[in-house]
Amino acid sequence: MKNLLILFLFLLPSFSHAGEAVDMAEDPVLEKRMIGLAEDLRCLVCQNESLASSHSELAEDLRREVREQMQKGLSDEEIIDYLVTRYGDYVLFDPPVKSYTLLLWYGPFALLLLGLVGLVIQLRNRKKNVPEASLSEEDAKRAAEMLNQSKDS
Amino acid sequence: MMRFIWPFVIFVTLAGFLYVGLGLKPREVPSPLINKPAPMFNLPQLHDPSKQFSPQDMKGKVWLLNVWASWCVSCRVEHPVLMALSRQNIVPIYGLDYKDEREAGMGWLRDSGNPYVLSAVDKEGRIGIDYGVYGVPETYVIDKEGVIRYKQIGPVTQLSLHEKILPLVAELKAK
Repeated sequence: MKNLLILFLFLLPSFSHAGEAVDMAEDPVLEKRMIGLAEDLRCLVCQNESLASSHSELAEDLRREVREQMQKGLSDEEIIDYLVTRYGDYVLFDPPVKSYTLLLWYGPFALLLLGLVGLVIQLRNRKKNVPEASLSEEDAKRAAEMLNQSKDS
Repeated sequence: MMRFIWPFVIFVTLAGFLYVGLGLKPREVPSPLINKPAPMFNLPQLHDPSKQFSPQDMKGKVWLLNVWASWCVSCRVEHPVLMALSRQNIVPIYGLDYKDEREAGMGWLRDSGNPYVLSAVDKEGRIGIDYGVYGVPETYVIDKEGVIRYKQIGPVTQLSLHEKILPLVAELKAK
């Protein structure tokens, strides 16, 4: 009895594998195109996974939907539009440039610019604070002597 | 003294951003369907598959569309709230039984009570996609013109009901 149970447990992985074939379409070219598109789309259930890699039921349904629309001959743009009207820009991993995404797209450059301006101001101030070193003739001679000495030794 | 000002300003700004970030709910994705006409459908009713239900039937009424399923755990959380609401007769609740088996759906309503005027069956989840459903339960407030005015993601709570849904329903009914 115990051995039978162990045998059964060993067989389990092969059973659980059966569900995965559902996603395979008959048309490998279309499937490839679908996966390519779905990689740029976000699954809403497991939010940082793509629609292509997610195992959630919703992702499976959406992949089915995308596949069917491709079979109907819709372009990638039309399919993306279809998803965006239902789920919002959130489904796009690459957010479009819009008024409320300006900060996202250009914020880093603004910060960089701010840093550069700060650096320039800082450097100018330092120039003002550090007085130009002025040596008298005598001091210059001494300095030169000391420099020569250290060279000789 | 002055040299501590900038690090301090940066710290306060960063702390401010992080504090706001704590309060955000990234799981609640705002729906683009707000203030757009509710997507049309024609689906068989749960208790009588020979009859259909369409949002078209609800023109001229303010109503709630609640997406539920017998397999949905959070639906059990909001269920008492919906039951109480349905007894008050303020706003009719219609159900969308999402990706569910008919028997299981009817069994769940029979055992725990049915807050819905009726439920439509979306077995394949296609209508769910049209409504942008990504996590059950979800509840839509739909106005007399058939426009979606509000979407509750996740269970309806006493708080969301009294702060958001009911005031909105009252406002929409008065129009």
